[in-house]
Amino acid sequence: MTLISLTITDLLIAAVLVLLVALLSWRLYLGSAKQLLIAAARSAIQLMLLGYVLHLLFESNSLPFIATLSLFMLSVAGYEVMARQKQRFRGPWGYGIGAVSMFISSFSIMLLTLLVIIQPDPWYKPQYAIPLLGMLLGNTMTGIAVGLDNLTRNAWELRNQIEARLILGQRWSEAIADIRKEALRSGLIPIINSMAAAGVVSLPGMMTGQILAGSPPYEAAKYQLLIMYLITAGTGFGSLAAVWLGSRHLFDDRDRLRLERLKSR
Amino acid sequence: MPSLKLEAITTSHLDPVDLLISEGETVVLHGASGSGKSLLLRAIADLDDHAGDARLDETSCSSVPAPEWRRQVGYLTAETHWWAALVGEHFHAKNSELVTRLGLPAEVFEWEVSRLSTGEKQRLGIARLLDNQPDALLLDEPTANLDTEHTNRAEAVIKAYQAEHRCPVLWVSHSPEQRRRVADRIFRIEERCLVQEPE
Repeated sequence: MTLISLTITDLLIAAVLVLLVALLSWRLYLGSAKQLLIAAARSAIQLMLLGYVLHLLFESNSLPFIATLSLFMLSVAGYEVMARQKQRFRGPWGYGIGAVSMFISSFSIMLLTLLVIIQPDPWYKPQYAIPLLGMLLGNTMTGIAVGLDNLTRNAWELRNQIEARLILGQRWSEAIADIRKEALRSGLIPIINSMAAAGVVSLPGMMTGQILAGSPPYEAAKYQLLIMYLITAGTGFGSLAAVWLGSRHLFDDRDRLRLERLKSR
Repeated sequence: MPSLKLEAITTSHLDPVDLLISEGETVVLHGASGSGKSLLLRAIADLDDHAGDARLDETSCSSVPAPEWRRQVGYLTAETHWWAALVGEHFHAKNSELVTRLGLPAEVFEWEVSRLSTGEKQRLGIARLLDNQPDALLLDEPTANLDTEHTNRAEAVIKAYQAEHRCPVLWVSHSPEQRRRVADRIFRIEERCLVQEPE
């Protein structure tokens, strides 16, 4: 099977469909035509630019270039985790927890996969490294952000219950145990659901892409399975790290609840 | 049983407080809302960052792990909070004799927390605190939501525990009658200081 290259005309046909939706929305006074057009234009520019950068990267095959791009992606993901919190930690902890847990969830798992599982030559081959990191970051970020947000929001709302437990002599880890459990659960639910639905309800994005690009479906399925397991492991380790670090930082060394370390958005 | 000694405990609302409550003694504290009574109790229970120290006999607060200290100084907040669905899940030993003396049925441990009234919660808060076998009592308006009959029962239970364990008690109360009934010494908060009232 070979890849059927898309022409500008092919893309324009799809674009005209979006334009029609915008036109319809404008005529019916639904009020989202402008946003729709801006988003469509943005996605065109962003994806073309990404295609161009990846093209340069694949050509160059340079480790410093790949490392720089990976670190850039990682730092943006760490920031995104922080930005999605309703109650976030003040100071360097706010960004630190996101960055550390994204590093664990994505960067280290990507390295493990490249060095032990896929073993491309050279090991940092950008065609494997960059999409892998992108998939891991994009998918684990949501789980970690949801888990951390759940932790800080519940700690804020249930602060009286936490203090009641501390007053009766429980340690900080006992006083927040239920809230921590719930935070981890909320972070892992999306990936558990998507594993359960994979192949039955939904055809996962990566597999679809590989099949369209001409891979045998069986190979595409194996890659999809690999990615899903990696995302699950990444989300699991990343959420554990984020929730543990976050809950520890909610208390000081005298087991006092320190909610002033959070700030509301 | 030990005495409770406050050594220059300072909160955002109070200048340094020095106070010795002997074993078996009850000191009652009152003062306007927002004058810093609860903050003082929180500082003694080491729930907030504070200057100064508290001691049970010779044991300083900072020399023992915070959870152990809090078990020993037994702090009852003005409003009680519950984290599990059933009342019984908040108790180690389900002492039915104790809850009966507080005017609650022995089956109360099977009840759902969400169905408790404010007064029931307050009485169960006292039972939960004593269930922990503290060496001192810090009570923040323990009978504020109770009618006369249940106030008398609660006072009797607290006094009986105090007599049995000879523990020092710091009791915040807005009621002048209650102050006269339970106090050995009475202090009021005035301009950031504890002022003792004549006996």
